[in-house]
Amino acid sequence: MSGVSASTTMSEAVSTRGTGRRRRRRAAPQFIIVCCFVFIAVVVLFAVTGSLLAPQDPSVQNLSNITAAPSAEHLLGTDALGRDTLSRLIAGTGSAFVGPLVIALGSFLIGNLLGLLAGYRGGRVDSLIMRWIDLMWAIPSLLILVVVAGVVGASYWPTVLILVVLTVPLDARVVRGATLEQMPRPYVEAAKTVGVSDRRIMWLHIWPNVAPISVANTFLVFAGSVGILASLSFLGLGVPPGKPDWGLMLAENQPLLFVQPLACLAPAVLIILTATSMTVIGDWAYERLSEEGPR
Amino acid sequence: MSAVTVTEPVGERRQLSDRWPILLFIVRRLAAMVVMLALVSFLVFSLVHLAPGNPVDALLGQKPRTPETVAALTAQFHLDRPFLEQYAIWASGALRFDFGTAIQSGLPVMTQIASRLPVSIALGIFAFLLTMIVGVGLGILAAMRRGRTADRVTTASVVVGLSTPTFVAAILLLYVFAVLLSWFPAYGKGSGGLDTLWHLTLPAIALALGSCAYVVKHTRAAMIDVLDQDYITFARARGLSRTRILLTYSLRNALIPVITIGGVVLGGLIVGAVLVEVTFSIQGIGQLLVQSAGAKDLPVIQGVTMLIGVLIISINLCADVIYMLVDPRLRLGRR
Repeated sequence: MSGVSASTTMSEAVSTRGTGRRRRRRAAPQFIIVCCFVFIAVVVLFAVTGSLLAPQDPSVQNLSNITAAPSAEHLLGTDALGRDTLSRLIAGTGSAFVGPLVIALGSFLIGNLLGLLAGYRGGRVDSLIMRWIDLMWAIPSLLILVVVAGVVGASYWPTVLILVVLTVPLDARVVRGATLEQMPRPYVEAAKTVGVSDRRIMWLHIWPNVAPISVANTFLVFAGSVGILASLSFLGLGVPPGKPDWGLMLAENQPLLFVQPLACLAPAVLIILTATSMTVIGDWAYERLSEEGPR
Repeated sequence: MSAVTVTEPVGERRQLSDRWPILLFIVRRLAAMVVMLALVSFLVFSLVHLAPGNPVDALLGQKPRTPETVAALTAQFHLDRPFLEQYAIWASGALRFDFGTAIQSGLPVMTQIASRLPVSIALGIFAFLLTMIVGVGLGILAAMRRGRTADRVTTASVVVGLSTPTFVAAILLLYVFAVLLSWFPAYGKGSGGLDTLWHLTLPAIALALGSCAYVVKHTRAAMIDVLDQDYITFARARGLSRTRILLTYSLRNALIPVITIGGVVLGGLIVGAVLVEVTFSIQGIGQLLVQSAGAKDLPVIQGVTMLIGVLIISINLCADVIYMLVDPRLRLGRR
């Protein structure tokens, strides 16, 4: 039953959306999406293995070989302390990837739960969640994190936790909106009439229809978190100094722009590629999921 | 008799709100703003007590802990009074722009903020103008050339622009235009006038990039929405010129949703300015916040946070009011 209803709502969703965008998507090379997936796969590999795959020890200094140009030994050159840039990039993948992953998954879980509840139940639960969302919406999260770092002191995992709390409202808002859109559909009413429990309707009937936009949003949250965490490290309020981290490398190596720019440009490019790939994959996932339906 | 006295004021009120719905709206929003400000100021004040250890330790900074310094701080911040009284004293000071003295420099917080405010404001206005002019322009262009090369390039750039953190964009611009091409200076705020403008160009572009992508995305969507409307088709069928259709039919309607995101854009610029000021060593408010956060200089953190909070709340109020003024449906239809 739910399969039939889901497919009808999906075809409705497809037919109401602009045709111009869809046609362009089809014509656009899938090559870019494959590239994004490959890139993210490589990042994940390095995040899992850490510095095991790094050609050199990322924290070993060599003061007789500072700001070296790229060579066979140091493929991306060295920084102001003679540390191998490539190895530091690889070792920094962990903090650049794991934090955003936790933030994206955490706010996906809590945001979907709260958003679905707010949209489905309405009433007091809804207005309570919406007040919180309004409050969080008005406050820029980077600002909060800078202030918290200034008062309590900076560290990585508390920052990640705060970001989960700050991001949940954004997810919940999206899911709530999508749920409200599903509520008046005939299949919800039909399920209610047949006597399906509320919990079943919420998770097995409505959620699959809400999932595409929620999943796409999660990829956007991931991309945004990469930027915010890197920004904090760049400001010296994220990971402790000396640790290999992309944002911190940008700050440490900024003076080298005139001497050995690769040390600073390489992490910059990696941050952009990671965030952009995630956004593109999110867009693609949205198209795919809403095209084929949940099952 | 009693029925008359009850109905009369209601009728009067309805008349008032009918005649000036905007006035009523603004009054309501102002009340909400006051509540928000009270909440924010309370949170900002509490920062001293949220810091690990007791407030005296937090406020001592690098200074030695002697009975004299402790007594001086206790007197200065009224730490011997009850919590709520401390807040009242702090808040009445804050209303007069008095946030106490900075731990690091020993100068009044407000003096420090005031000396750094002009360059931050200049940077913000510069970036806001860039964002709005370029963003709306590109958005319209992409919508008019939907599906063609110009649109595809713009849409792809929007994805990259939205994903690029401000400070990364700043570093890349710094490298290309200050190091490779030496068109612009790499840091500092210049010596006033045109020199300042020249110094602020790269930072403003870096700051504007992300929000510009956001504006392009929304303008394009709004414009496409309007261009698909029947009245545009009809205007075309009547043989009106493209310029006439663009200016009097599509733009006026497409820009309404764009104005609403103006508030979000300004808020984003304030946060982005923190990063850009640090990257380009511009001695503005954002750099002050980061420096004081690094040094745990609580009075400065409080002062700057309060300032930014007031700014963001006022910007949101202004955006709402402008939205009301611009959209005739809201202006006339809503009671």
